[in-house]
Amino acid sequence: MSFPWARQYQPTTEFGKFMDSRLPLPRFVYGALGAGYPTPKNLNYFYNFGVLAGVALVIQIITGVVLGMHYAADTRVAFDSVEHIMRDVNGGWMLRYMHAVGASFFFGVVYVHIFRGLYYGSYKPPREVLWMLGLVIFLLMMATAFMGYVLVWGQMSFWGAAVITGLFSALPIVGEAIQTWLLGGFSPDNATLNRFFSLHYLLPFVIFGVIILHVWALHIPGSNNPTGVDVKGPQDTVPFHPYYTAKDFFGLGVYLTIFAAVVFFIPNSLGEPDNYIPANPLSTPAHIVPEWYFWPFYAILRAFTVDFFFIPAKLMGVLAMFAAILLLFFLPWLDTSPVRSNAYRPLNRALFWVFLVVCLVLGVAGGKPAEEPWVRLSQIFTAYYFAHFLIITPLVSRFEKTLPLPSSISEAVLAKYGNGPSSSPGTGVGGAAPQPAE
Amino acid sequence: MASGTQLPVDDGHALPPEGERRRDFLHVASASVAAVGAGAVVWPLVNQMNPSADVLALASIDLDLSAIQPGQAIKTSWRGKPVFARHLTPAEIEAANKVDVASLRDPQSLADRTKPGNAQWLITLGVCTHLGCVPLGAGQGESRGDFGGYFCPCHGSHYDTAGRIRKGPAPLNLNVPDYVFKTPTSVTIG
Repeated sequence: MSFPWARQYQPTTEFGKFMDSRLPLPRFVYGALGAGYPTPKNLNYFYNFGVLAGVALVIQIITGVVLGMHYAADTRVAFDSVEHIMRDVNGGWMLRYMHAVGASFFFGVVYVHIFRGLYYGSYKPPREVLWMLGLVIFLLMMATAFMGYVLVWGQMSFWGAAVITGLFSALPIVGEAIQTWLLGGFSPDNATLNRFFSLHYLLPFVIFGVIILHVWALHIPGSNNPTGVDVKGPQDTVPFHPYYTAKDFFGLGVYLTIFAAVVFFIPNSLGEPDNYIPANPLSTPAHIVPEWYFWPFYAILRAFTVDFFFIPAKLMGVLAMFAAILLLFFLPWLDTSPVRSNAYRPLNRALFWVFLVVCLVLGVAGGKPAEEPWVRLSQIFTAYYFAHFLIITPLVSRFEKTLPLPSSISEAVLAKYGNGPSSSPGTGVGGAAPQPAE
Repeated sequence: MASGTQLPVDDGHALPPEGERRRDFLHVASASVAAVGAGAVVWPLVNQMNPSADVLALASIDLDLSAIQPGQAIKTSWRGKPVFARHLTPAEIEAANKVDVASLRDPQSLADRTKPGNAQWLITLGVCTHLGCVPLGAGQGESRGDFGGYFCPCHGSHYDTAGRIRKGPAPLNLNVPDYVFKTPTSVTIG
C-alpha cells in the first residue's frame, strides 16, 4: 500500500497504545494522510483540487441536511418553502446560497481535477480503476445536481425535469414506459418531486462511499505527479504531513475566500432568473437551459438535428450525450502512449489545449438558444469532441515522438529548481539528490 | 440391524460416475428459491415508482369549442399535459393539404389528424415530441414558427398548421389524443 521507506506509526501515550491494539484509527490516519504517507515531492497546485472537491461535498452535505429541515417536498408548497428559507428562516438565505453556489463550485473544482488528470496522464496504468471510480463519482454528481435543481420547483426546475426525463423516451419501445416510471406519472408532478427529494438526500452519501473507494485506489500506487515518472526512491517523496496538509490548507483558504465572495456578493450570477418563477406545466420558458456545468453535454444533445441513417435525431442526440461521458471510461485504453505527462508529449499537449477550448466552446454553445450560429458550432465541435478520443488520441499516442523523460522526479525537480552542481538537466544523478528536509 | 455390515453412507460429497452430486441439486434448488424470493421483494420496490392509482384515475375531459374563432387556439390541461385545440382558417387548411405527405418526416395528412367533416378542428397534445416542452403558437401573439403552426422554443422544432413536424429535432408530429365529438362544437378527450 505504501513505499517501504514510509515512516511507521509509534503510539507515544498509554491511551495511544491502548487504542492501537484495539481500534488502530490513529495508525490509519497516520498512514493515509499523515507523516506515514510518502507523496511525490513535486505536486503543484492542481493537485489540491481533489481535496477541494472533498471539502465541497462536505459543504453540500452539511448545508443540504440543514436545508432539508425547512424544505417541503410537495408541489403545492415546495416553491414557497424555498422562499420561506430565503426570507423567514434565520440565516436561511445564506445556507441556500451556500448550497446553490456550492454545487457550481463543486463542479468547477471537479472539472479542474478531471482536466488535471487528462494533462498529466493520471488515467494511465496503474491508475485506470482510480480514474473510472472518479467518473462514477462524476455521473453520480450529475444525477444528484439535476434532482436537487428540480426540488426548487421553479420554471427551470420543472422544465429541466421534463426535458431530462424526456431523454429516456427516445429509447425505442421501452422509452415511454421508462419515462413514466421515472416520473411516477405522465408529466413531472408530486410523485416526481418526492422521489427526487428522497434520492437527492441519498446520493451524496453514495458519492461519499465511492470517494472512499477512489481514495483507496489512489493510495495503492500513490499520486501521479507533473513529470508522470514513477517514484523511484525516498529522494522523490516527502511525507504527506506536514508538506501537503499545509499546501492543501493554504489552497483551501484561497478556495473558501473565493467561495465566500460569490456567496455573499453575486450568489445568483450562476443561476437562471427563470427559476424564481413558480413551476407552470402549461407554459414553457422561451429558452430552457440547465445549469452551466451541464452546458457542454447539452450542446452535444442538441447538435443532432437530422436523422442519422435509421436512427432518429432525438435518439442520436441522447446516445451522443451519454457516449460523451462513457467514452472517458475507455480513455486508458485509447491512449496507449507509455509516457504519462503531457510535459513530455509536445503534440499531445497542444491537442490537450485544443480539446479544452473545444469543451469551452461547447459549453458556451450549450448555454445559448437553439439558433444559428450556435447549432452549427455545436455540430462541428461535437464532431471534434468524439474525434479527439476515437481518432486523434489513439493515432497520436502511436506516432508521437516524445521528449526524453527525466530518470527520476528528483532529477527533474533539481534540474528546474536546484542550485547545486547536480542542477544541470539530464545529468542522471537523481540518486545523489539530498534527502528532503523533514 | 445386522452388526458388522457397513451401510453405504452418501455424504453428498462423493462424486458419482455421472458427475452430479446430490449437493449440487441442493445448491441449485436453494439458489433458485432465493432468486425467486429476491425477485418477489424487488418487484414491489420497482413497481412503487409507477403511476399511483390516483394519478391513473384520470377522468376524460369535456371541451367546449364554440368560443374559438377561426385562426384562434386554446390551451387546456389533460393528464397533467397541455392540449391545444385550434380552429383552422381555410387558408391554413389549404396550406396543410398542399404539402406532399410522402416528403414529411412523420407522413400524415391533415385528414389523418382530424375527424371526418371537422377538418377545421385540430386537437393535439401541446407536448413537443422531442423532449416534452410546450410549443408556442396556441396563445395570442406567440411565435408560430416557420410553418405557421407551432414552434417549440426549447430546441427549435417547427410544426405546421396540421401540427406536423417540419423542421428541427422532434421525430414525430404532435400527438393527437383520443377524442370524440359530442356535439358539433364540443368534444370529449380521453
